[in-house]
Parts: sequence; C-alpha cells; structure tokens
Amino acid sequence: MSEDAVNITVDGVPMKARKGEMIIRVTDANDVYVPRFCYHEKLPVAANCRMCLVEVEKAPKPLPACATPVMEGMVIRTKSAKAIAAQRSVMEFLLINHPLDCPICDQGGECELQDLAIGYGRDISRYHERKRVVKDKNLGPLVSSDMTRCIHCTRCVRFGQDVAGIPELGTTGRGEHNEIGTYIEASVNHELSGNIIDLCPVGALNSKPFRYRARSWEMTQQPLVSPHDGLGTNLYGHVRRGRLMRVVPRRNDAINETWISDRDRFSYEGVYSADRLQAPMLRDGDSWKSVDWQTALEAVAQGLQQAPKGGTGFLASASSTVEELTLLSRLARGIGSGNIDHRLRQTDFPAAVTPSLGMAVADVDALQALLVVGANLRHEIPLLASRVRKAAVSGAKVSFLNPERFEYLFPVAQYWVASPAQQLAALQVLVAAARGAAAGSEGVTAEHLQVVDSLKSKERKAIWLGALAQRHPAFGALRGLAAELAALTGATLGILAEGANAAGAHLAGAVPDAGALNAGQMLTSSLHSYVLLGVEPQADSLSASAAAAMAGARFVVALTPYASDELKAVATVMLPIGSFAETSGTYVSLEGRWQSFGGAAQPVGESRPAWKVLRVLGNLLGLQGFAQSTSEEVLAEARAAADGAVPQAVPQGGGVAAIAADAAVTDVPLYQIDALVRRAPALQATRDGMQASQGVQGAA
Amino acid sequence: MTGSTSKIGLLNEHTRHEIDSWVARFPEGRQRSAVLSALRFTQEQNQGFLTPDLMEAVAEYLKLPAIQVFEVASFYSMFETHPCGRHHVSVCTNISCMLNGSDEVVAYVEKKLGIKTGESTPDGRIFLKREEECLASCTGAPMMMVDHHFHEHLTPEKIDGVLDALK
Repeated sequence: MSEDAVNITVDGVPMKARKGEMIIRVTDANDVYVPRFCYHEKLPVAANCRMCLVEVEKAPKPLPACATPVMEGMVIRTKSAKAIAAQRSVMEFLLINHPLDCPICDQGGECELQDLAIGYGRDISRYHERKRVVKDKNLGPLVSSDMTRCIHCTRCVRFGQDVAGIPELGTTGRGEHNEIGTYIEASVNHELSGNIIDLCPVGALNSKPFRYRARSWEMTQQPLVSPHDGLGTNLYGHVRRGRLMRVVPRRNDAINETWISDRDRFSYEGVYSADRLQAPMLRDGDSWKSVDWQTALEAVAQGLQQAPKGGTGFLASASSTVEELTLLSRLARGIGSGNIDHRLRQTDFPAAVTPSLGMAVADVDALQALLVVGANLRHEIPLLASRVRKAAVSGAKVSFLNPERFEYLFPVAQYWVASPAQQLAALQVLVAAARGAAAGSEGVTAEHLQVVDSLKSKERKAIWLGALAQRHPAFGALRGLAAELAALTGATLGILAEGANAAGAHLAGAVPDAGALNAGQMLTSSLHSYVLLGVEPQADSLSASAAAAMAGARFVVALTPYASDELKAVATVMLPIGSFAETSGTYVSLEGRWQSFGGAAQPVGESRPAWKVLRVLGNLLGLQGFAQSTSEEVLAEARAAADGAVPQAVPQGGGVAAIAADAAVTDVPLYQIDALVRRAPALQATRDGMQASQGVQGAA
Repeated sequence: MTGSTSKIGLLNEHTRHEIDSWVARFPEGRQRSAVLSALRFTQEQNQGFLTPDLMEAVAEYLKLPAIQVFEVASFYSMFETHPCGRHHVSVCTNISCMLNGSDEVVAYVEKKLGIKTGESTPDGRIFLKREEECLASCTGAPMMMVDHHFHEHLTPEKIDGVLDALK
C-alpha cells in the first residue's frame, strides 16, 4: 500500500483514499451519495453552493465535501442528523430566490434542484418576503437564459475559464445583486459553449433551439456518434415519437469526457430541414416527378448499366458509415469502376494511407510537445483542441505551422504563418534542423531549433497534419516531410482527416484503385455517370469545376437526404436516404475506434437507410455480395476485411514538389463543413455562422 | 461591444504608469491581481466613475477578458459603473453612528445638497453614495467618508466645512 493512502471512515464504512483527495471524490468513488450543485468532476472546485456539507468528527461545523481534503483517520458522516440539517438549511436558502416555476421550465424533470428539493426541501416555504427577479441575458442563438432561476453555482463561469479557455461569463455584483452574465450583453461564442446547458443544474441556461419543444420524460434516449469530425464523440439522441428532438453528450472519458461541441449538439436541426427529400424523384426534362422506390431503383440500375466500364464516378461523404461505404465500394467495383473517393476537398493525392491520430485521444492531454501543420484545430475538431489546450496549460510546447493566424486560447510556443509554399520550405528547414543543422545554416533559426528540440527532448510528442494540410496543393510532399520529421524526432505522426469516418472510408475501400480517378479528377472532367452518396459536390468540395463536371455527365444518381438546389440542377435520379440519426451504422474514429449505433429516429418521408438502398441496387444489377439482411452483417464483412489489411506506413520524404508561390489553401468555416450543419439555423445564426455566410457572399 | 480597435489610448499616461507599478508588484503572469488598483486609478482619471470603454481599456491593458474586469468593478462598492459626481460622499448609518444621530446627518446632507442618497448634484460636484455600513470608526460616530477620507464627530458646521471645500 502506498504511503500516500489514508484510511477514513464514511458513514461507519472504512475506506481508503488518496491523501489530499477531496471527500466528495472518495464518496463518489464508493457510491456514497452527497448532494451537490456547484461541484462538477471536470471543473475546478468552487465550494460556493454549500449543498455538500457533511459532518466530520472533531470539526466544529459541517464541512463542504467538495473542498475538504481527506486526512488519516477522518470520520465522516454524510447522513447524520447534523449533516442532513445542514443540507436542508442550505436547500432552504437556495430556494429563497428561486422562482419555483417548474411547470413552465424546460429543465423540469431533469433538474438537479428539483431532484434535491424533493430530498432536502421543505414542503412549505417559510420565506414570505419578496423574491428577487433578474433580467435575462441574451447569450446568442444557442443558449437561452432565465437568470431568475440561477443559484450561482458558477459552473458555467468555471467552464469558460478552465475548459473553453475564455471566460465569456462572469459573476457581477455582490450579495443580493450577484448575477451571472456576460460583459455588457455580449453573446457567448465559443465553439463548446453549449456545454453550459448541461452544466447548469437548474433551468437558468437551457438550449434555445430546443426550448418548449418537449419534456424530458416524453423522450427516449438513443446512443449516437458525432457525424461531424473524426474524434468519434459519443452522443445521445433524444427522440420523441420517432423524431430527433435534441442531442446531448454521452459520457466517454476516453473520447469526449462529458463535453460535446456546439456543432454536435445543434446540428440535429438540419435533420428536419425544409429541403429534406421526401420520396425518390426522377428527372423529367427540367422538372421532377416523385416515383416509387422500385421505379427509381430500376431507373438507376438501367442508367448505370449504360455507362461504359470505368465510366462511372463514385463520390461519397466522409461521414458516411462503414456499412454504406463498404457496399458503395462493392457496387463500384462490381460494375467495373475503380473511380471511388471520399476526399472531396483534397487536391493532391499521394498514396492513400488510412488517416490516424496515431495515439489514444485520452493521451493527448499528456502530450509534452506538439507540432500542428495546417489545421484550424478549434474548428476542425473542437474537442481535440480542448484536449490540446489541457496539455498546453500544463506545460506542453505546442507549435503551429498554418496558412493564417487562428486564435488559440492557450500558450503557444511558436506560431508560423506560412503560405503553402512556405510551409514546405519551413518543414524542410525543420527536417534539416532535426538532422543536426546549426542555426544560420540551411535557413535554420533559433525558433526552428526550439521546436525541433522540444520534439526531440520530450517523451510524449506528436506531429499532426490537419485538414488544411490535406487541402495543400502538394499534400504528398508535405506529408512526406512531416513523416520524415516525425521519424527523426521520434514523434507520433497524426493525420487528422475531415469527416466522421475518413478512417472507415479508407478501410471500406472508398479510395480509388491504382490508375483509377480520384475525387480531384472526377470533379474536373466529366464522366459518363456519377453516383453521389450524401454529397453535394459543389458545397462539399473546393473544386471550382464540380458543378460543371456534374452538369456534363449523362447520368447522375444522388443518394441524399436533401433535395438541394445544387443536386436538382445536375441529378437524374434522387434517392432519399436517412441522415446519421436515421440509420444504423458504424464510424471508425481517428484513433481507430469502431463505434456502431442504431437508427435513433424514424426516417423522414420515404427515405431509407443508404446501406439498404445500395444493397437493393447491388441486387438489381445482379452483383455478388449484396445478400445481407442486417447492417451488422455488412459490418462483420467490413471488419474482417479491415482486420486482414496490412497497416500502411506514411511514406517519408519524396522530395518537394514545385508549387506556385501564391498557391493558397481554403479554410472551410466551422458551420459549413457538411450538409447537416449547413442546414442548422441556430448554428448559422452564431457569430461563426454569420461570418461564414458573409464571407461566402463576399466571395461570390 | 468589444470592437477591434484598441481602447488603451483612453488611459492617460499617469494611469498607465500607476498600473505598471502595480503589475510589477505581482509575479509575472499574475497581472490580474492588479485589476483593483488599475480600476482605482482609472476611476480617478475619469473624475469618479468608470465607463464600459474604460473597463475594456483596462482589460486590454492587463490582457484580461473584459468580463473579469467588470466582475471586480461591479463587486466593489468603491467603483461606480454609471456616471456620477466626482466627489463620493457616504454617511455611515450603522449601529454606532445611528445611535449618535446619523439619521439627522443624512437628512442634513440631503437637504443641503438638494439631492437624495444615490444621486449626484446637477453640477457633477458631489455624489451622495448609498448609506454606508460600518467603516470601523465607531469611536468617532457619527461619521462620513468623503473620497476615502474619514470625517468624524459630525456636526452641521463640520459638514458644511467639509462639503463646501469640495471643488
């Protein structure tokens, strides 16, 4: 037994605890319940609600369990008369100014105050004076506020300070005038701000889009996985009568802890966008007619059979499931086409390597040195950025080599703003420095040496290539140099591909065969026909010629949840498929975690899960390997194929490609990355969303 | 709203110099500890009250989020976040002063200045702050505080002398 351990007694039961640990951590670990409001496992201790008062022997007064460290021989009583009396008194104080408007409060039914009031509150209030009223704050389009309900636990304030890294909320005034608010009516803009909705133990901060939509007890809770980035964030979809009403975090300490990004939380609005495709549709000249599934699928089979061998291009969203991509890939190869890709925003296509973080997500917190090349990390994978922040705050040297300056709310060791051409040059210099070049030679400066030194000398280190690196005009050369630098310094190389299932797409074969066309080629020159899976070619790619390429094709099948104007202009057949919440499926995260989920909500209109559509299509075309009756069977086949695959290494070096000095890469705004977020009104109304739409209009 | 333009220019040289000297008293990176002093000099510079622009200037100067400066400014009673007169007068009405006639003192001051507690004189000279709680000067009751200076054993004549001397 280590000398750090102490023996304590809680409610007569002996327990072992780590010295200096707070009482509440020990009781929580041992399933002894202590009531609390302000204490939250993932936030620093404030000890300002006093609900967790417990009796400690030899202490003259009850002590807050969240802020009292355990000591050898401590005798704690959490349910003694003294403890209960203290807790009940605190409850009475907390309810003095609380409006008790539970019947009209969205938090009703899932409210910590309500729950604890049942356990510790009095039936009748002894307080006859006037209650105070606090003006509501406008916190922006995502979070609604009813500040009269606030009990000043400051969880939301501490979240801003310690997790988000920017204290957008604060406590102003004092005593009776104490309020939570922003600085003079500013809105809350951080990309993780929605988490304060979950943190708030009362109904003061609630979800604005979900407001007055449903009661917690009317909904069932279904596990989901985030469809927006490759972290594999665990979600719960709350479903009422088949309709997805809201999305909340599903705790997973190995991935997202208790947080989710605003994109994960509010994108569900896009599921029920007005332009959802309700039924299969066939082009009839310049107009569209709804048809039944059979007619539509036969039309697709016929159209595809007319295409010459290798004349069909298959483009899939990187957030399609493993099952969908497996069947799409089988379909493509079945009709003799190796033209299949999911990397729509990429321009340079070196040998395809399954993207991977190269380490466990949870280990990111402990990184000591990190070089990020081409990533707007907070926008690309918000929760990964928050883990990097944790590492940086505890001393990690985090450096960036980016095309523009992005704001990071933590200490940054080195930030180079470099054009794509300069990025290649900078990486070359870093490689030279890692090989031992001294300052002054080969362009090496003190800054380069510092970064290389931190990567070489630290124990836990990584080099990451973000989405901007993958859109780099010479991604192959950039990747080769990064791999070389990683090998020289012993750092882990991470490739943070876009989409929720980029790793799964590689494993399921949604990359072109040797000699076949990649996404870049498919979007520049017109093929005979195209099959689009969850893709809006123009909006989902950065190719200026995408729309023209589609328009030039004879036959375009769109498997899509949305009848967007873009697709209506180019498609021949549109088949309605379910969004991420309406299909069972599997995503492979960037750390290689396979996570399956069932269909949470009922498909809208006549839409069907895409894997079923593809399976029927395979059968209609008379292809082999489309006999599965469940998505689990498809998954099992995909899994077996992936397990049998030889893991590829990222090729090193390979020289520097000549690229134009003025070549640029485009940062895709946070709330424009996929069809779902583009259709979520609340996200579009945020500061980031509005800036993006202004930017798009400005560019047009 | 926080604009993109710098507001540091609103702080005059003297204020900045004083803030620097306070920042220097704390370990590096702990400049948040200097907020209180920074606000004190800023309020002085602005003749007795803080404005949103000034609080933002302080935040910018100390490299802090504006809300953290506003928290402090709204918490402490010696900071005024709304326009008011340049001399702050507060009469103690806590127990010792009350027993020694602070009610009459308040009434006299209000009558003399023609304003109620919480108001400022129209010429912006005097701000009659809220009734103060105990300022730990019970031996000198009744007392009032004028710009952080104590005036004890108040009589109408003494009050006249103090208030008339304020420019």
